[in-house]
Amino acid sequence: MSVRLRMLIIWLVCVAFAAVIVVRAHYITDLSAFLPANPTPAQQLLVDQLRDGPASRLILIAIEQGDAASRARASLALAERLRKDPDFSSVNNGEAAAGQRDREFLFQHRYVLSESVNAQRFTAKGLNAAIKDTIDNLASPAGLLFKSLLPRDPTGELLNIIDELASSPAPQSRDGVWVSSDGSRALAVAQTAASGSDSDAQSRAIDAIRAAFAAAAADAPQGLVRMQLRLSGPAVFAVAARAKIERAAVRLSIASGILVVTLLLLVYRSLTALGLGLLPVATGALVGVAAVALGFGAVHGVTLGFGITLIGESVDYSIYFFIQSRHSAGGGAAGTWQQRWWPTIRLGMLTSVCGFASLLPSGFPGLKQLGLYSISGLIAAALVTRFLLPALLPANFSIRNVTPLGMRVTGLLRRAQGLKGAVLLSCAVALAMLAFALLYFNRTTLWNRELSALSPVSAEEQHYDAKLRADLGAADVRDLVIVSGPDMESILRSAERAGTALQSLVDEKVIGGFESPANYVPSLATQESRRGSLPSAAELRANVKQAVDDLPLRADRLQPFLEDVETTRHAALVTPRDLAGTSLRAGFDALILHQRERWNALLPLRSAEVGGVIDLARVAAALKDGNVEDARVLDLKQESDALYASYLTEAIHYSLAGFLALTILLLIALRSPLRVARVLAPLVLAVLTVAAGLAMAGVQLSILHLVGMLLIVAVGSNYALFFDRQDHAEDPGNESLTLASLLIANASTVIGFGLLSFSQVPVLVALGTTVAPGTFLALLFAAIGHRAGRVHA
Amino acid sequence: MLRSLPLMILSLCCALGGAPVYAAPAGFGDLDAVMGLLATHQHGRVEFIEQQFLSVLKRPIESSGELRYEAPDRLEKRTLKPRTETLVLSGGILTVERAHSRRVTDLHAYPQVLPFVESIRATLAGDRVALERVFHLDFAGSLERWSLVLVPLDSKVKQSITQVRIDGMRDQLQRVEIRQPDGDRSLMTLRPSTLP
Repeated sequence: MSVRLRMLIIWLVCVAFAAVIVVRAHYITDLSAFLPANPTPAQQLLVDQLRDGPASRLILIAIEQGDAASRARASLALAERLRKDPDFSSVNNGEAAAGQRDREFLFQHRYVLSESVNAQRFTAKGLNAAIKDTIDNLASPAGLLFKSLLPRDPTGELLNIIDELASSPAPQSRDGVWVSSDGSRALAVAQTAASGSDSDAQSRAIDAIRAAFAAAAADAPQGLVRMQLRLSGPAVFAVAARAKIERAAVRLSIASGILVVTLLLLVYRSLTALGLGLLPVATGALVGVAAVALGFGAVHGVTLGFGITLIGESVDYSIYFFIQSRHSAGGGAAGTWQQRWWPTIRLGMLTSVCGFASLLPSGFPGLKQLGLYSISGLIAAALVTRFLLPALLPANFSIRNVTPLGMRVTGLLRRAQGLKGAVLLSCAVALAMLAFALLYFNRTTLWNRELSALSPVSAEEQHYDAKLRADLGAADVRDLVIVSGPDMESILRSAERAGTALQSLVDEKVIGGFESPANYVPSLATQESRRGSLPSAAELRANVKQAVDDLPLRADRLQPFLEDVETTRHAALVTPRDLAGTSLRAGFDALILHQRERWNALLPLRSAEVGGVIDLARVAAALKDGNVEDARVLDLKQESDALYASYLTEAIHYSLAGFLALTILLLIALRSPLRVARVLAPLVLAVLTVAAGLAMAGVQLSILHLVGMLLIVAVGSNYALFFDRQDHAEDPGNESLTLASLLIANASTVIGFGLLSFSQVPVLVALGTTVAPGTFLALLFAAIGHRAGRVHA
Repeated sequence: MLRSLPLMILSLCCALGGAPVYAAPAGFGDLDAVMGLLATHQHGRVEFIEQQFLSVLKRPIESSGELRYEAPDRLEKRTLKPRTETLVLSGGILTVERAHSRRVTDLHAYPQVLPFVESIRATLAGDRVALERVFHLDFAGSLERWSLVLVPLDSKVKQSITQVRIDGMRDQLQRVEIRQPDGDRSLMTLRPSTLP
């Protein structure tokens, strides 16, 4: 078997294997790529909240324009339609009808839901006090509302329950539906049945809302201004971001693909060369995805989107191969190339691997995957270039001679030759100092430490979202008490104990109030004890008779009360499932978070004054005194800021470690600190200059800029190593050819990343604006340093 | 709740024209004169004792407190006995404050109640035309001693109130009686405020 055939077979087997893995791989398209993989328990909770929590399932709906009456009608019609859709677990728009259902539910289950129910309450004495209270209430206009309920609910349990629940302020209403504070838009909140991380389901839900609105708006009289629908919320942002990134990635990939192919065709003037040249990239991409699928079990969409740009370096390999092996045409070409150039490419590839390896320990699954993808992709591409391309090269293979291009550039660079080494060195040092000074003066604002740095959501959209939330009274919760347990019942019990502790803080005015899922559905144990405390019909009848003795109420009027109590004694207890169809369901769900084996009850705290700060230490102490096990106090804002800040710091540290590893690798390979310094200097200078340029332009650096800097070093190290080889190899070969190949390789990189800068997606812009100028500067600095250095030497 | 709203508002507001008189033009023995007198008040304070005759109870229950009015549309009912409760109607927003709770209801959310709020404003402003859009008016007596019976026109409102009867002397309201379809009624007796 010829070497050529053997290589081809090995490659085919590898590609087939990788293809099978890629086809069978599981792909994830949610935003979890940028959420931490191994967080602290508190962070885990935060992440789960962001990803699957009830908040992630909320879609805020605003109807604008048109007139108030049409907006209200549209809101009613929209809600009616969505309530029939099983994809939504609840739809609230402030309708009175919905409130009616809630009250019916609370009334039906009042004797297991009301905190006041205990054995004492149904003795003659307890009943007397409770009924007296209710009659006193009747004297007031508000109490009069419950007049018709007196025969069934003489102890006023419904009022007790409503008082317990009605802690959060309701939004403003007009024409029977919620409206914004200025009345200019009708508001509603829909909660999807699917989790927030299920982007496909969220996307369907959003489409359903749009369709429902279109139908509702079509029925409205055609006024002067058409009504507009506007949606907001995490799921809406996620779906829009996904679509935006997908669109941008596809469009930009196609555009840069066409440009790079055109460039290569212009250079090669050979379709065979073009086809062969794309082999390393294609193989690299396939192997990269396969490696990620094997290593992580699932592939993030973001990996697919960015991966190919990260291994753009592999296009360079074939460029080097074709151009550099060309000058010694004939059968020996490849062999000569492998001896003369491969070691340099191999070293360049290894330095890139060092750089990308610093992504592997990252806490972001997305970055981890990009690291593994790039490493395996680059190795595969390099191997294909080294072993397969020479074997596949046809006998009569030829590409256009690019020596003239190299000569022209050499001519340009010759001007640098005039520079004295010392002058150049001082220029470089001055530039570095200037960049450094710029970065130093901007050090406090240099890095964007908020998670929103990665968010594709515009400031306007975030502002709009905040406005809707304020109007809906659904402002982001800042302080939470969380109780955890193995099942729903245990967390409801803990929540009840926590509630007792928190109530004492409310009385002391340490906190203004709190919500608890146990207010909606008490634990079965509590309900059981309440149900157990209800006396038998005969006993209750006797107690009632005695209780109303000194009251202006006749005992026989309370027959419905006796019947209701008796019914409750034999009725099933309330479970969360019974909340279905009421707006209480959304309120309850919002306070329960289920993580694998853990259940969590969230008890959001309200400060005593509006905008006040809660003394969390006192909250923690009260919970401890109340013997509430497994309770944690969490400041969400602080926690989420700390989360991203820790990632960024971690990523910076790992990048520096990667740079160190790369330096050590070069020291081992080149065996000369001076040579290593000369290879690294242009790269460092390029990174500093780009960072300073971004800072000057007012751009705050994010984790994606950091990845971009890694890429500058990864790609730029190839350039610098070729120049180093030129200086130190026994047979340096044609310098103009080397230069031409580097120039073309760089042009393809600048085209690819330059295009990213024009996208609307912040993460893509960050990569593009860092890498495109950075790699060009790396080449420029390396070339100048090389020319000047040679004269100096 | 919705049904009781008109009742609640009416019981809050009907008595409010009855503040002490400072300048009372005499001589008109009809409704317009009374309305004109009522319209002269920019603000007022009056004490009330309210009796509720409820069929479920053997004897009436009593409450007392103070009513206040500020032009153009702020009305306040402070019940002091048997327990404190404050009801404020201002600009279509109804606020009910009790010992531990405070509830705010935007009456704009209940379009069927809005005419009521408007009628109260109209009464206090002496705007008879606006009042007649909501009630059928029946006036009897003279300016010195008159009685006005209001019967709601709207059938939904009729479900909670059958009629309101107001007795007064000149621009002082003395008694407001509200009858409900189920036979229950409330009687509010008013006198100039002596509260601090």
